[in-house]
Amino acid sequence: METIILFAPLIGAIICGFGWWIIGETAAQWTATGLLFLACLLSWVVFFSFDGVTQQIPVMRFIESGTLATDWAIRLDRLTAIMLIVVTTVSALVHLYSFGYMDHDPQWNEGESYKPRFFAYLSFFTFAMLALITSDNLVQMFFGWEGVGVASYLLIGFYYRKPSANAAAIKAFVVNRVGDFGFALGIFALFFLTDSINFSDIFASAPTLAETRVTFLWSEWNAVEIVAFLLFIGAMGKSAQLLLHTWLPDAMEGPTPVSALIHAATMVTAGVFLVCRMSPIMEFAPHATAFITVMGAATAFFAATVGLVQTDIKRVIAYSTCSQLGYMFVAAGVGMYSAAMFHLFTHAFFKALLFLGAGSVIHAMHHEQDMMNYGNLRKKIPYTFWAMMIGTLAITGVGIPLTTIGFAGFLSKDAIIESAYAGGSGFGFWALVIAAFMTSFYSWRLIFLTFFGKERGDKHTHEHAHESPMVMLIPLGVLSLGAVFAGMIWYNQFFGHADQVGKFYGIPVAEAHADDHAKDATNGDDHAKADDHGKAKDDDHGGDKAYGGDHHYAFVGKLGEGALYMAPDNHVLDDAHAAPKWVKVSPFIAMVLGLALAYLFYIVNPALPKRLAENQRPLYLFLKNKWYFDELYDAVIVGPIKALGRLLWKGGDGSIIDGFLNGVAMGIVPFFTRLAGRAQSGYIFTYAFWMVIGIAAFVTWMTLGGGAN
Amino acid sequence: MTIGSDLNIILPEIVLSVFALFALVGAAYAGKDKLGPLLVWVTSALMAAVGVWIGMSGDGTNIAFNGMFVDDGFSRFAKVTILLSAAAVLLMSQEYMARRDLLRFEYPLLVALAAVGMMMMVSAGDLIALYMGLELQSLALYVVAALRRDSVKSTEAGLKYFVLGALSSGLLLYGASLVYGYSGTTLFSGIVQTAEHGQVSLGLLFGIVFLVAGLAFKVSAVPFHMWTPDVYEGSPTPITAFFATAPKVAAMGLFARVLFDAFDGAVADWSQIIALLSLLSMFLGAVAAIGQRNIKRLMAYSSIAHMGYALMGLASGTELGVQAMLIYMAIYVTMNVGTFAFILMMERDGAPVVDIDALNMYSKAEPGKALAMLVLLFSLAGVPPMLGFFGKLYVLRAAYEGGLAWLAVAGVVASVIGAFYYLRIVYYMYFGEEREALDRTNPPVLWGLLMISAVAMVVGIVNMFGVEGAAAAAAAVLVN
Repeated sequence: METIILFAPLIGAIICGFGWWIIGETAAQWTATGLLFLACLLSWVVFFSFDGVTQQIPVMRFIESGTLATDWAIRLDRLTAIMLIVVTTVSALVHLYSFGYMDHDPQWNEGESYKPRFFAYLSFFTFAMLALITSDNLVQMFFGWEGVGVASYLLIGFYYRKPSANAAAIKAFVVNRVGDFGFALGIFALFFLTDSINFSDIFASAPTLAETRVTFLWSEWNAVEIVAFLLFIGAMGKSAQLLLHTWLPDAMEGPTPVSALIHAATMVTAGVFLVCRMSPIMEFAPHATAFITVMGAATAFFAATVGLVQTDIKRVIAYSTCSQLGYMFVAAGVGMYSAAMFHLFTHAFFKALLFLGAGSVIHAMHHEQDMMNYGNLRKKIPYTFWAMMIGTLAITGVGIPLTTIGFAGFLSKDAIIESAYAGGSGFGFWALVIAAFMTSFYSWRLIFLTFFGKERGDKHTHEHAHESPMVMLIPLGVLSLGAVFAGMIWYNQFFGHADQVGKFYGIPVAEAHADDHAKDATNGDDHAKADDHGKAKDDDHGGDKAYGGDHHYAFVGKLGEGALYMAPDNHVLDDAHAAPKWVKVSPFIAMVLGLALAYLFYIVNPALPKRLAENQRPLYLFLKNKWYFDELYDAVIVGPIKALGRLLWKGGDGSIIDGFLNGVAMGIVPFFTRLAGRAQSGYIFTYAFWMVIGIAAFVTWMTLGGGAN
Repeated sequence: MTIGSDLNIILPEIVLSVFALFALVGAAYAGKDKLGPLLVWVTSALMAAVGVWIGMSGDGTNIAFNGMFVDDGFSRFAKVTILLSAAAVLLMSQEYMARRDLLRFEYPLLVALAAVGMMMMVSAGDLIALYMGLELQSLALYVVAALRRDSVKSTEAGLKYFVLGALSSGLLLYGASLVYGYSGTTLFSGIVQTAEHGQVSLGLLFGIVFLVAGLAFKVSAVPFHMWTPDVYEGSPTPITAFFATAPKVAAMGLFARVLFDAFDGAVADWSQIIALLSLLSMFLGAVAAIGQRNIKRLMAYSSIAHMGYALMGLASGTELGVQAMLIYMAIYVTMNVGTFAFILMMERDGAPVVDIDALNMYSKAEPGKALAMLVLLFSLAGVPPMLGFFGKLYVLRAAYEGGLAWLAVAGVVASVIGAFYYLRIVYYMYFGEEREALDRTNPPVLWGLLMISAVAMVVGIVNMFGVEGAAAAAAAVLVN
């Protein structure tokens, strides 16, 4: 069944991409979509029937070269199962949505065939993504990793007649290359250290690695730290974390369904998945994970600030994605992988919903993307409006504080913020809370600018605004369900009591009394304190009452057992539940403040933002220009490299190499050719003369040279 | 050792000679040229059969006539290559010759006699035997070169070949007499002992140089190559095809036989000469061919260059070198059979065309044949996926491991230069401007040989049809 899930999209891609001129365009599109719905259905079956015990399903012999020997196998554990439903569900819905969105695309002339190509790329992407998440070893994962990179490149540049789309596609590819270089080094390092690329072997050797030191770039490092760091570099590239984030906003040049599927719900979360998958390594690398936390928090903060002032509807959501990915990395960085996966899971629903909703707005407004030209659209496109509302309620985290009732983002985001607090990362906690405030502001700003207020921009466009067809609304409806309920339904599994979480991921959990931990000299006091709050926390979240008492639950899974590894001294889950009330309420307060401010700025007094922008011009420009990252990179990296490239091209390649070769090919060789032609006189005495000369020369040479001694 | 066992060893040669003599006399009395086509088929079949027979039977080293004739793995490898290629080329010529009224009944028999001479050459264990084989081959070739008696070019070719051939024979004989004078024997096994006794005397060295010069003429190595373009151009095309294949293998075989059997002790000396011959041949072949518009002259320079590569293998003076040379020759012969099959099909209104301009946009008219030719040309140029590349790779490796890295580098440079004129033909076939089209004739034999050889260039990379192992065994016998 897992094999079918994995290969159905590939078959769909091949049939749709190469077979459409035999079976026809529509049939090809339906084949690809149908196969994806099949994969989606089977994924849900797998998710619900999965019992938490890791399985390895071999598909074929993959590599056999010296000590590098591995199978192509599907590793089925809870992480894979979660990702399976995320990927196949969103992908299937996006396929369906594309029927409407890609119809009559103004980028193409009448009669041009572009839809099968689009569907084939989407299906191919899904296959690569599934290969990534089902991988059982690093090389297989790298295959999927690069496969999604290629698909992303092809889809960002899908409108290849637009120079900006081509530039964005290349940018995405090149920036990802930087990250992939780190990832590849990480793989090499792991193979070098453990002589294997299989996850089970690598996980088992993590404690040994923690004791090993390796030399890398002129200095000695702890092996596990450097490996974790390098792998995270790869994750940074794919998940658009700070410094390597510049490609993601530009990637919005692709068609909107692509943005929803690849640049919101699935591919960009691959980095988070990688860090969670590598949890046995990460758990032994405190410095690397601290770095992950800081980078994640910084990204969450940075992207949120930029999101405040963007006017392109897709770019706002893109920065929001970037920011939310930062949240996930913070969770993973403090050791709360489960919370990271939780947010990944819920985010996939509400972010895909927001993107598809934005696509519906863009579709209604004849491919106008600037929010300054929207306004008062809620009557024209009511279904889209409600879908966007649900998405916004989810992303801003609306819910009833101190309970587990709320939209999906409320539960998962709060889980992360609590974890950040419990993980002891003050910077992470405050950055995330402030980011939550800004998230709320820019999300509501988007809603107010688009659906409320006065109509702005081209009158004609507004008059012709129309609700999207059914194939586009159904996916919105399904995703809305996810955005509302995904958090509440699965809260306990992802972030409930240690027992439930352990069962969900297949990790054994042992009861440990607080006394035992008190002996632990380093953490003893903190935990004792946390335990005092344990009771209160249980009451807060209701579900754990049965357990009660001053218990700590330690995860005692062996390395590689279960989907995640959390060290026995990793108490973040318990500590997060025991966080003070003000911590738990803080994201909600931030959300309310953001909403209020947005309401003030865009409903009550629409002139205010403009005035503020003029008063604070430098700050406004700083944000508007995305902290000048692109300009900085252009000046510091791209410019010099281009100059060097031009020098090597014009000077080295053009003048020296080409000049030399052309000189030889067009001057020297023809000269000798003419000479040889002249020697070939046709007269027999010339020929005989050459023979005699030849033998005379040889004899002389032999006499003077070798023979004489 | 009785005469009976000696005769048993040379049975294949006897069978072929007796057939040739009886057929000659018989046909002269019976139907003369009317028997031509039949004789071509019979001779071709017989040569192929003898080739298979030699390939299947016989093992170990058998020496006949007190060491004058050696039948070993090396000679068998060379003989199989010679006989099969001669049979193939003979078969190719039948239709062409018949249509132009050139199919004299002597023609197939002369080829058969030349083949006997070549077999004698590669089996020679003595200077006298060497000379006998060489002359038997050469005389037959002189005659077939001038087969088209009423064409000035053809007779000129034959005459030039004869005169220069006589000169080279003179050089060779002079060298042989010097060798005999300084070693006191004509037997290779005797000469090698003289050379082993300490230093090689200057006289013996002179002898080697003259012998090498005579043999270099036969393989058309620079500067003894001058006859090649003229003779290739002047002879009827099937004869050119024959010149380019079997005699080259035989001469190379003889070269290796003499150098390793008789002068094994003087490797350091002769390897310098061979390396120089190789270098000059590769470069002249590559450079001079660029100026050629006539595809037959072009193939002449091409064969000069290829002989340079084969000599590179010999120059290394190692077992690997000999193996590389044998593999190279086997591949070279296969490529040339296919290429000449293509050239033979180049006709316009029934008349042969040799100008490469005529191939402009050939791919449109005959995509299949153009593709096959493309494969062959790529292979001749040594472009990687084709078999020709692996032949070159072998000799380059042999040269490198034999301490001749500079020669290997030079070989690579020369092959880059040489690639130009092969690729130019490809360019004409696929991207040229349209001209008056060639006839679309597809004689089955030619078409079949073209396709077989082209497919072999591609499929052969799997295991080289086992030639690698056979060549290794052959080389092992010769070198030690």
